[in-house]
Amino acid sequence: MKLNGAQILVQSLKNEGVDYIFGYPGGAVLHIYDALDAQDDIKHILVRHEQGATHAADGYARTSGKTGVVLVTSGPGITNAVTGIATAHMDSIPMVVISGQVPSALIGNDAFQEVDAVGITRSCVKHNFLIKDINQISSTIKKAFHIASTGRPGPVLIDIPKDITIAQIDEPAYADVTDMRSYQPVVDAEPEQITKAAELILSAKQPIIYAGGGCVIGNADQELREFTRELNFPITQTLMGLGAYPAKDELFLGMLGMHGTYEANMSMHDSDCVIAVGARFDDRITANISKFCPTAKIIHIDIDPSSIGKNVAADVPLVGEVKSVLKDLIQALKGKKTADISAWWLQINEWRSVDSLAYQTKEGVIKPQTVIETLYEVTKGEAIVTSDVGQHQMWAAQYYHFNKPRRWINSGGLGTMGFGLPAAMGAKLADPGRDVACVTGEGSIQMMLQELSTMLQYNTPVKIINLNNGYLGMVRQWQEFFYEKRYAMSYMDALPDFVKLAESYGHIGIKVEKEEDLKPALIEAFKQKDRTVFLDIMTDPSENVFPMIPAGAGHNEMLLAGRDEMASTNDEGLNLV
Amino acid sequence: MLENEAGALSRVSGLFSARGFNIESLTVATTNDKTLSRMTIVSVGDDGVIEQIVKQLDKLIDVVKVTDLTATEHVERELLLVKIDVNPNTQANIDRKIDQFSGKIINVSEDTYLVEIAGQSKKINDFLDSLDASKILEVSRTGVTGVCQRREG
Repeated sequence: MKLNGAQILVQSLKNEGVDYIFGYPGGAVLHIYDALDAQDDIKHILVRHEQGATHAADGYARTSGKTGVVLVTSGPGITNAVTGIATAHMDSIPMVVISGQVPSALIGNDAFQEVDAVGITRSCVKHNFLIKDINQISSTIKKAFHIASTGRPGPVLIDIPKDITIAQIDEPAYADVTDMRSYQPVVDAEPEQITKAAELILSAKQPIIYAGGGCVIGNADQELREFTRELNFPITQTLMGLGAYPAKDELFLGMLGMHGTYEANMSMHDSDCVIAVGARFDDRITANISKFCPTAKIIHIDIDPSSIGKNVAADVPLVGEVKSVLKDLIQALKGKKTADISAWWLQINEWRSVDSLAYQTKEGVIKPQTVIETLYEVTKGEAIVTSDVGQHQMWAAQYYHFNKPRRWINSGGLGTMGFGLPAAMGAKLADPGRDVACVTGEGSIQMMLQELSTMLQYNTPVKIINLNNGYLGMVRQWQEFFYEKRYAMSYMDALPDFVKLAESYGHIGIKVEKEEDLKPALIEAFKQKDRTVFLDIMTDPSENVFPMIPAGAGHNEMLLAGRDEMASTNDEGLNLV
Repeated sequence: MLENEAGALSRVSGLFSARGFNIESLTVATTNDKTLSRMTIVSVGDDGVIEQIVKQLDKLIDVVKVTDLTATEHVERELLLVKIDVNPNTQANIDRKIDQFSGKIINVSEDTYLVEIAGQSKKINDFLDSLDASKILEVSRTGVTGVCQRREG
């Protein structure tokens, strides 16, 4: 049977088990939309902006572990999608983006809605393709899904000119396997490296496990638990790793890094053996790299060889899938005795007693931290929480104790405001039976508000927790600390009435101004199982995120709430982001 | 070695600019296997930088194999085409130098030579340095290409 390129494309997506496409039609993809319309297996979610499509596909991927799929048109369709592609790239999220392109004959002619999609996305995708021949469609789709979802996952773009989607050939056979000589991700670490790591672990007196997003993406939560508990070692997690190890477990020291806990950062600083598991030592984690872990030997487990030695030199590099490497390590350590670390635990518990996440409540003011704690209580810690970027993101990370992986969905690497709402929609589609909360702020939410419309159309009820303090809070915090309280352009005047706004989109809006109304409002919101509820919560505009490692400082130079209200930095620190 | 596909070169050059690595020279052409290209890149950096360059290149999907040639017994060569102003007063001297450097005159006009010299970059630099700079009309260098000496590169 003859099929056109669009039909082959859609059939290939079916073969990959795609159930949702997030997209937006336009001239260059009309044939593809026509083919999509003629089938029922793949559901299409019509977003209101292409950036929303990428974030929704991203939220879907992070929740389900499957590859998120996006379909956009040429020109502005793909340029709008770039922010979401870069977001997925920084956080290693499997995604396939299909962009229409002007007809082959017009490429390079500055045709209507033409951009060099492959060129524009090159530095923010794992790989990209420009299909030049209808015979390449199915094999390219196969490769794209393979590349996106294996090794260190990431977004893959397929640019397809319009003429190729209407040309016809006999229906091609779909390949079962993909073998690419230039792409062979490593699975297992080398056995001698496992032995070296095990020796180091057994001799450590002040060890700490530092686990990152790789434990979530690599589905290694079970192995991580077993490894940590077997050793009885303290464990800290990055922003991206939260949930891989249960937050309520006694071995867990909380998040580390710029807004990590006192005990996590002090333990990193004084450790003699840091076991990095699927983490990449980025600048939010290491703080001042010259002061980072001065006395530690470093074991670094990562699927991506280029992550190893990039920021911090590893004493024992272990290249492989986190899950497989942890299994091998557990096996190698079985029945062996670790050094006595009871003195280390005494020290850690002393740091713990500082209670660095304690905060002062104030009469008549809703503290943002209280909102997150109440959210945790009302949802019994079982919700999926997405967030935007800023102070609210840090508070959500600190006070919603994630006990399971794939429950915390945020843009950690790129820090993309606007991510939270579409990501929540994607998460709800991936796990419809679970409550989904989008913790956001009045700044971030306004970057992707239009997706409220999509959420009504496809009935994806989520609860929007808007921590409304009138300020771009994280910017305001830095201006307070480092710019002598000159609040340049961080106050947002003329905010919309979010309650009416939510209502005009067909959702429920509730404004919360008093602390006593907070819990009842949250309970009411989550009772509305089938509705999206926008909770506009007026929070303390002067609250800051603590603890904090100011730019340029080391892990042992933290600022604590109520003790170091005023931070400062030096010229070198001011140049850091 | 990388897949001989459109865009492969820009992936490599884009990687260098995006990550702030410098390129001293870059040569690329297909090999005896038409589906593969060999690219020789000369870059300068400490061991950490070179290690990152190798790893980042290896991460590119189109790249089949990366070798740090300087860590092996290897041969590197570069080709120079240079156009030189020649007059009866300078000709003998220039002829001698071309001879010393095993160069080849491949074109002669009324008042110019077009000279070809192949060899290590140092030899080419030395040859150019030996000429009167004001007599060098045009220089075109290919950049370095190289291979490892052992059987398995």
